[in-house]
Amino acid sequence: MRRIRRGALVGTTALALLASGCGTPGGNSGDNAKKADKAQKNSKKVDVAKAGNVTLTVWDQEVRGGQAKQIKQLNKAFQAKYPNVKIKRVAKSFTDLNTTLKLAVSGPKAPDIVEANQGRPVMGQLVKGGLLKPMDTYADAYGWKDRWSKTLLDLNRFSTDGKQFGQGDLFGVSQMGEIVGVFYNKDKVSSVPKTFGEFEQMLAKAKQQGEVPISFGNLDKFGGIHEFQTVQNQFADKQTVRDFVFAKGNASFDTPENQKAATKLQEWASKGYFTPDFNGTGYDPAWQQFSKGKGPFLIGGTWLTADLADKMGSKVGFFVMPGQDAGRPPVSLGGESLPWGITSKSKSPDVAAAYIDYITNPDAAKVLIATDNLPAMATDAQPKPGLSQEVFTAWKSLNDSEGLTPYLDYATPTFYDDISGAVQKLLPGRTKPDAFTRTVQADYSKFTKTL
Amino acid sequence: MDAPPPGEPRRIGYLYILPGLIVFVLFVLLPLLHSAWLSLFTWDGVTPGVWAGLANYKSVVSDPQLRSAFLHALVLVAFYAVLPIGIGLLLAAAMSRTHVRGLALFRTVLFLPQVIALVVVAVMWRMIYAPDGGLLNRGLSAIGLGSLGQDWLGSFSLALPSVGLIGTWVMYGLAMVLFTAGVQKIPQSLYDAARIDGAGPVREFVAVTLPGLRNEIAVALTLTTIQALRSFDLVYITTGGGPGDATTVPAYEVYNRAFRGGDVGTASAIGICVATLIFVLTFLINRVAERETAR
Repeated sequence: MRRIRRGALVGTTALALLASGCGTPGGNSGDNAKKADKAQKNSKKVDVAKAGNVTLTVWDQEVRGGQAKQIKQLNKAFQAKYPNVKIKRVAKSFTDLNTTLKLAVSGPKAPDIVEANQGRPVMGQLVKGGLLKPMDTYADAYGWKDRWSKTLLDLNRFSTDGKQFGQGDLFGVSQMGEIVGVFYNKDKVSSVPKTFGEFEQMLAKAKQQGEVPISFGNLDKFGGIHEFQTVQNQFADKQTVRDFVFAKGNASFDTPENQKAATKLQEWASKGYFTPDFNGTGYDPAWQQFSKGKGPFLIGGTWLTADLADKMGSKVGFFVMPGQDAGRPPVSLGGESLPWGITSKSKSPDVAAAYIDYITNPDAAKVLIATDNLPAMATDAQPKPGLSQEVFTAWKSLNDSEGLTPYLDYATPTFYDDISGAVQKLLPGRTKPDAFTRTVQADYSKFTKTL
Repeated sequence: MDAPPPGEPRRIGYLYILPGLIVFVLFVLLPLLHSAWLSLFTWDGVTPGVWAGLANYKSVVSDPQLRSAFLHALVLVAFYAVLPIGIGLLLAAAMSRTHVRGLALFRTVLFLPQVIALVVVAVMWRMIYAPDGGLLNRGLSAIGLGSLGQDWLGSFSLALPSVGLIGTWVMYGLAMVLFTAGVQKIPQSLYDAARIDGAGPVREFVAVTLPGLRNEIAVALTLTTIQALRSFDLVYITTGGGPGDATTVPAYEVYNRAFRGGDVGTASAIGICVATLIFVLTFLINRVAERETAR
């Protein structure tokens, strides 16, 4: 009896091993450059109405408020214009999309169009696997290069082997812009500061009056990245920040400029300029406190615009953090929403490109504005006055001066955790500024060494 | 010719377990072996993997971040397993001495945390722990202990115990239900005998209740230890491993590396290590319990 049981166990195990397919995971992805070249040559602008019956499967994360409204409206309009095209939409949350995309796109039933987040963690990995289709031919045919600034297009560029970021082929285009700037309470702040120094004086004054100068919650980790980069842009040159994110040349995090930024931020924390116990306060509770009139400032992204305008009405304003000198052209952390790309496995890439063109053309920009979104592309349309207008103006001037600096967490596949964890340690004074830049650089170089 | 044993032929037994076996092989054994296989590669999830041998396992041991993740998991065992069992035993001991009215009601109420989805529990506790306006700090200041208010999830020393205490809250109900049920099965005559011999409450607990609950303790210890070692949801939702990496645990690292960091090999290696650790610990727990029973 005992022997039979053991025999059965060995048998099952052997069977299982056999079935689990002991091959090299990932298989053969072939020569990316050659495939990309061929894909470019086969791409063309087509008349969608004559393309026959096509079903486009689209994976997006446009699930919140205005985002959901605009994509539903545009999808409906596209299908009404081209009844031969059926759009099968798979909507997911941001996190869900990012974590499942790789598996979906490399699987046998890959979607046609996906929103693949910028940077090395998602888009870089997909490009490396040859899973996304280069779109420069489409960009030329549809005139996309006039629609977006170079800074914005570069964020969606990779070399075909996925090693160089910020240059090479275009792998997606985005609908919405975002800026991480300063929201302020007009009851408490009478005039917008003209210099960074003036802003700091306002912080000191607010503190003296017993207020929380900057509402800040870092329990969710990403808030700290935004605070750090807002200060970093005061010390580090915008091109240096971009080169770091794109891993160009001998980019390093361990620089005097970053140390100055870290020192300044730590100083703010120790002077009590942030919400007390910020490391244990959630991101949402922090901005909600600001919206209830607690404290003059909030460093936050324009994704909060609709919510803040809704709660505070005409009391809330927005500005881009001013430079040390009053005359500096605006520079700010910001970027664009997740880019829409086409998968290599799509059977109708030309129709997919036409769809992407449709949801980013000047008419789409009007839909975006009407649904309280900030269009990333150039547009003549104007939002209604108020907070949206202020954000819109800031976006225009940032684009005109090419002043946007990208999110640091695009830099390596693990950088989100590296930098956010490091900022959590830096702010309460657990690490010194020089140790902060050194450890972050150590994490960064672990990846750049593999390039 | 040997007469076959009476009844159906032995081999037909395999037919009976076949449906279960198929499900087990497809959804447990194959994925497990596949992970073991993946753990031998350096693989980003998209491009072809590179054979790495045991290098991923080496990094599980040598990477200080992973080492601390395993250490955190062991700390959580104290909060998920040891503490709830202590509380459960205390409650069971109290109930063994007195007849509680409405026992069923109390049992249901105390068991409730077990029934709620962990995600809900985590979101709720995040609100309770909120430094400004959270229930805990507000409650402390309401009774004049405002100075004891803390940045529960944001402090480097308190974050892990705070997460652990949520686990305690979830788990003690399970331990208590197991133990109160077990206590009722201990013959009353043993308690009477102990009392005649002059045993006090402590002596009675050690000499009668504790040995009588040996099997239940083993079951509770097994279940809660497994929960502690594979805990992911609580950490993911309350702290995301922070502040810094003060609350990362192996299961969180598996998720992080496999789905976000593009390091499927190490993620699989961590997973296999956790599985092995769980296997060894549960084996030991049951071994000890069985030996005691045999004696």
